[in-house]
Amino acid sequence: MVDRPAGSNKPHLELHVPEPKFRPGDQADFSHIDIGEAGAQPRPDEACDAKETLPLCYDLIRVLGEDNKAHGAWDPKLDPETLRQMLQHFATVRAFDERMFRGQRQGKTSFYMKCTGEEATSVSAAMALASDDMVFPSYRQQGVLIARGYPMIEMINQIYSNKADKLKGRQLPIMYSSREHSFFSISGNLATQTPQAVGWAMASAIKNDSRIAATWVGEGSTAEGDFHSACTFATVYNAPVIINVINNQWAISSFSGFAGAERTTFAARALGYGLAGLRVDGNDPLAVYAAERWAANRARANQGPTLIEFFTYRAEGHSTSDDPSGYRSAQEREEWPLGDPINRLKNHLIELGEWDEDRQAAMDKEAAEKVKATTKEAEKNGILGHGLHHPFRTMFQDVYEELPWHLEEQAAQAKREREIKWPGEEPWS
Amino acid sequence: MSDALKTHAREKPVAEQGTERRLNMIEAINDALDIMLERDPDVIIMGEDVGYFGGVFRCTAGLQEKHGKTRVFDTPISECGIIGVAVGMGAYGLRPVPEIQFADYIYPGLDQLISEAARLRYRSACDYIAPMTVRSPFGGGIFGGQTHSQSPEAIFTHVSGLKTVIPSTPYDAKGLLISCIEDNDPVIFFEPKRIYNGPFSGFYDKPVEPWKKHKDSVVPEGHYTIPLGKARHVTEGEELTVLAYGTMVHVAEAVCREKGVEADILDLRTMVPLDIEAIEASVKKTGRCMIVHEATRTSGFGAELSALVQERCFYHLEAPIERVTGFDTPYPHSLEWAYFPGPVRLGEAIDRLLKD
Repeated sequence: MVDRPAGSNKPHLELHVPEPKFRPGDQADFSHIDIGEAGAQPRPDEACDAKETLPLCYDLIRVLGEDNKAHGAWDPKLDPETLRQMLQHFATVRAFDERMFRGQRQGKTSFYMKCTGEEATSVSAAMALASDDMVFPSYRQQGVLIARGYPMIEMINQIYSNKADKLKGRQLPIMYSSREHSFFSISGNLATQTPQAVGWAMASAIKNDSRIAATWVGEGSTAEGDFHSACTFATVYNAPVIINVINNQWAISSFSGFAGAERTTFAARALGYGLAGLRVDGNDPLAVYAAERWAANRARANQGPTLIEFFTYRAEGHSTSDDPSGYRSAQEREEWPLGDPINRLKNHLIELGEWDEDRQAAMDKEAAEKVKATTKEAEKNGILGHGLHHPFRTMFQDVYEELPWHLEEQAAQAKREREIKWPGEEPWS
Repeated sequence: MSDALKTHAREKPVAEQGTERRLNMIEAINDALDIMLERDPDVIIMGEDVGYFGGVFRCTAGLQEKHGKTRVFDTPISECGIIGVAVGMGAYGLRPVPEIQFADYIYPGLDQLISEAARLRYRSACDYIAPMTVRSPFGGGIFGGQTHSQSPEAIFTHVSGLKTVIPSTPYDAKGLLISCIEDNDPVIFFEPKRIYNGPFSGFYDKPVEPWKKHKDSVVPEGHYTIPLGKARHVTEGEELTVLAYGTMVHVAEAVCREKGVEADILDLRTMVPLDIEAIEASVKKTGRCMIVHEATRTSGFGAELSALVQERCFYHLEAPIERVTGFDTPYPHSLEWAYFPGPVRLGEAIDRLLKD
């Protein structure tokens, strides 16, 4: 294999395999992360040339400072009522995650994925979009549905795959879909939704519609070919689309270095494509809102697509099937220098004199109770594996618009099997 | 419009003038696309080189000039992007007709077809559908080497939620393509490029007659459809059944004619949905079945057909089912005619089928 004769002075080539800075047992230290002053980042005009966003691809757009005040040109200047609404969605998402996580541990469903620490990247972003803008989410954007007022019971019915699940028990838990809420069906294959979002946005432009599309993709999945196809198509056709990259540092147990984070930022991916790029403190709800609104305005005005990197941290495991203590420092979550988005918004409202700890406690309690009551309501429709699922015949529906003969034959076979296994019962129920 | 575009537009294939309108397969496909662009404002065509230039095989010639750049346009060379974007367009409510320039290049777009387009209706319980028709020239016999000759239809027939359609005449190409575009499921429409210009007989050393001398090149004006899932009886006969599609329909027909065999040749037209009734009726009538395709043998669509015939017609069979296929090698450039399932391979299979 080696081409080197003895004594050769050619340099040894060495393969670099990225390694995260901290492993279990290590003391986490995030001092290497360059965090700029809140409010120090320039805010170019939304119609600017994509090139003008270059510095913003390496800096970090921040609004909320250590003093809990909003700073600088990116301050979206939201009124207190809107901020409280955002806080309310945060409280709901966190309570929902807690309850569903527990539901999985209780065996009521097979799987769940929390978004703890990343709530702003979906809730605040969704609030910056129009309610009929089409979203192509990945699997950690439950905050979009909450912010859009999707009935919580439908979310739980889906997670339990019960008889009221609108998706007829076909999808993994949390892979929601709601056409009514302009929320695209979630795929388990990664980054596939990115070119789809671009295609939807292109269609909207072809039809001279006014709605734009937004998609969410994890930083790990930016390594997928689909992401690069999406960026190419977005820029070629100036598609009215926002590509949100959630850099939560971890793709299951692979740290962001395996998607290229050691060499550049994910926002800087935009530069090579000619997209506008923004790198944003993803734990700063005001910065998230402002960046998403900037990109939405830009897209809506035919000024082109934007790639936004939300720099955040996945505080919990990847899913209920994952144990992060096996691969990362236990202190990382506490040491994460950008804090917790909910606390930051709460403290900002308190600083504004528009909120207090008691009201927060009451809000959290109310959210928890609402989730609990809704869960009980959903459980009446069944939980996974306890019989109350969609009628058996639905298994063969919707593969095609019409049932072809071979599926008809297979359905008849399935029916016969049911009659033998459970005689006396209605076989199609 | 630039003068260059005007000049170029005159290159659009024009049908033979006369009392009958005779088209080759390229013209028939172009006609179908033109009609659908005209009839349905949600139909759009995209793919590498399909816009200004009109496609490397000229199937979309003149369509951009006639229907505009936002209805017919070129794309980046990214099959994953082309198919992925089409899924999003379908979800919006359009009916995209993406072209993959050669079927051999469809693999980077496979995940979008298999995991996304095919399952979207099912997984979203009809919240979203992906009504798209992916057109792609396929098959060999054109000295295309291993990257311009493959027949990957079996990959798609294995996927629940996709339909696979292959025409073998200009008349069928137009009627089937219109049906595909109007269908609400994602369809793969493979165009046998060896017979774009004439019905190739498989006798590679004999001249190929152009389509205009063939009865199935008479293509009616305007809109008509051929239902998916209905096979075509090419010839009626009592001696054996031939199941074929695409180019191989014509090869089988020529070989049977040459050998003087009275064969019941079925052009399947669509693999999924499949016309099982026609297959069953024919094999029960003749008692002998030869399955012909150009794709590699192992796990090819012929294996599925063979299994179906065995399951449904076993007690009517007078001889073992014969599969005539390409070999399990990549398509060799210089040895193309050794690979191609031509008259000798078909002839031997027919002899085996008829020997007792």
